[in-house]
Amino acid sequence: MTAEVVKRKKGFLERMRGNWDLLLFCLPGMIFTVIYHYIPIYGVQIAFRNYKAHMGIFGSAWVGLKNFTRFFNGADWLILVRNTLILSAYSLAAGFPVAVILALMLNSFRFKRYRKVIQAVTYAPNFISTVVMCGMLILFLSPRVGVVNNVIRALGGDTINFMSEISMWRHIYVWSGVWQGMGWSSVIYFAALAGVSPEYHEAAIVDGATKFQRVLHIDLPFLAPTMTMLLIMNMGSILSVGFEKVYALQNDLNLPVSDIIATYTYRYGIIKSDISYSSAVGLMNSLVNSVMLVTVNYITGKLSDNALF
Amino acid sequence: MENRHHALKRTRGDVIYDTIIFIILTFIFFIVAYPLYFVIISSISDPIEVSAGKVVLTPVGFTWDGYTEVFKTKTVMRGFRNSLIITVMGTFINLLVTIPTSYALSRPDFTLKRPITLFYILTMFVGGGMMPTYVIVRDTGLLDTWWALILPGCLGVYNMIVARTFFKTNIPLELMEAAKLDGCGNTKFFIYVVLPLSGAITAILCLYYGVGHWNSYFSALIYIQKRELWPLQMELRNILVLNSNVQTKALMTEEELLEKKRLEALKEMMKYSLIIISSIPVLIIYPFVQKHFVKGVMIGSVKG
Repeated sequence: MTAEVVKRKKGFLERMRGNWDLLLFCLPGMIFTVIYHYIPIYGVQIAFRNYKAHMGIFGSAWVGLKNFTRFFNGADWLILVRNTLILSAYSLAAGFPVAVILALMLNSFRFKRYRKVIQAVTYAPNFISTVVMCGMLILFLSPRVGVVNNVIRALGGDTINFMSEISMWRHIYVWSGVWQGMGWSSVIYFAALAGVSPEYHEAAIVDGATKFQRVLHIDLPFLAPTMTMLLIMNMGSILSVGFEKVYALQNDLNLPVSDIIATYTYRYGIIKSDISYSSAVGLMNSLVNSVMLVTVNYITGKLSDNALF
Repeated sequence: MENRHHALKRTRGDVIYDTIIFIILTFIFFIVAYPLYFVIISSISDPIEVSAGKVVLTPVGFTWDGYTEVFKTKTVMRGFRNSLIITVMGTFINLLVTIPTSYALSRPDFTLKRPITLFYILTMFVGGGMMPTYVIVRDTGLLDTWWALILPGCLGVYNMIVARTFFKTNIPLELMEAAKLDGCGNTKFFIYVVLPLSGAITAILCLYYGVGHWNSYFSALIYIQKRELWPLQMELRNILVLNSNVQTKALMTEEELLEKKRLEALKEMMKYSLIIISSIPVLIIYPFVQKHFVKGVMIGSVKG
């Protein structure tokens, strides 16, 4: 009893005494994280300044919301936000159910050996780099030498310049993403399904449930918490579509649908060196993301117990 | 688990269900496997036949020309070497930073466990964005060096959580307490007991970080202007992505057109070989490590 009281009253330094070296373990990572993650967060104020390299972040003149008004007064912002939202929502709407359904199908598949083969093959594209993935797409869809156009021509159709066709670009982006990611995104659901107790299935069989009914009413509900968790995480990044792939698939002709906030930020910041303006656009983007994350989390928290925080 | 049901009688509905699933999954299998297979057979076929659409199931007019062409391209070989160095160096530093941090944060008796974990989790949700980060990377003198590709991301929070979960479940606390009684400090314990037990997690982290370094081009695009320092993915981007966007529309004679077609075909074929060669490091390790990768996802999904 007394020992416990003494323990609780120990000061911070004393409590640290036994494990101050554990702090040393963490130090290198923390130093770099502070420099390259937390200082840039503080440096977000260049969005409110007129950044000049020789004056540094904190010495450049304060201009308030000028960079933001410039963005919102311009003609671009609505298109950018629209493109970003559509691309992100479309990717989510296509990729999310495919991963869940794939996991459910694999889990209820009777042929275990063959299942292993299918899993190995569907995971593989995940390890292809973005550049190679986009290179393959461009190759396959090339108007002159691409396989797809060869098939179209053989069937008597006209050559389609896929990569420059505005109406096709989003579908190409999203479905190639599904192709590349479905196997890997199904892993987490597949892993979760291992936790379904066989007793549920046995009881359902006794009650005369078919396999399809069991998958639908036992396996699928079991995935609900995992699904909500991933959905919330994804909603929080709804405005941050991966820069790498979009940029690699962009060309002047498809720019009206392929220009998103991230590529715009890059173009203005790195290529045109308009650092303050670009930061303002980026900051607005992160703000919307945070609002989305908190909102979705709040709504899921109200509807179920699966909120993230 | 499903095996246990086989003892029970399968109804007609079940047979239909199984058949449909079999058909769908086989379809998915081919949808995923065929493009990969096609790249392989195209890389060893006559370029003219490939662009004419004759290569469907087997290579036509077998040749290694595409590969020799790639090996003759100096920029590609230089990029390959650069990427190897960046990947090895980067992964090593990643491990050096991630493993000790994850171990410390896995210890329930570490006083600063919660604030430091929060410190890292926060970085997943808030960030300065592309430009402020760029300015800091530039101001710390990392521009046009490989450090710019290594230091800013030296600790991946997701990987750290995976490793922390591993330590939590695999290093029993009693072991630590026993060692403490014998007068063994944290550092000694970490080096002589924890590290020898972390083979599996080291493998997982190596793969996650390694593949990440090998495949990334974003950081190099932003931070590296000097072409001699470009990683392979940037060179690949030049050949695979940028070249194809250039469309020539000038009028040409029949012969010029034919010669152009041949050259173009060779260039196209080189792309197939290039895809294979650039994926070789990952392709070689993939069969051996697939289960480790999957294990990593599973450890990560157990919320810790």
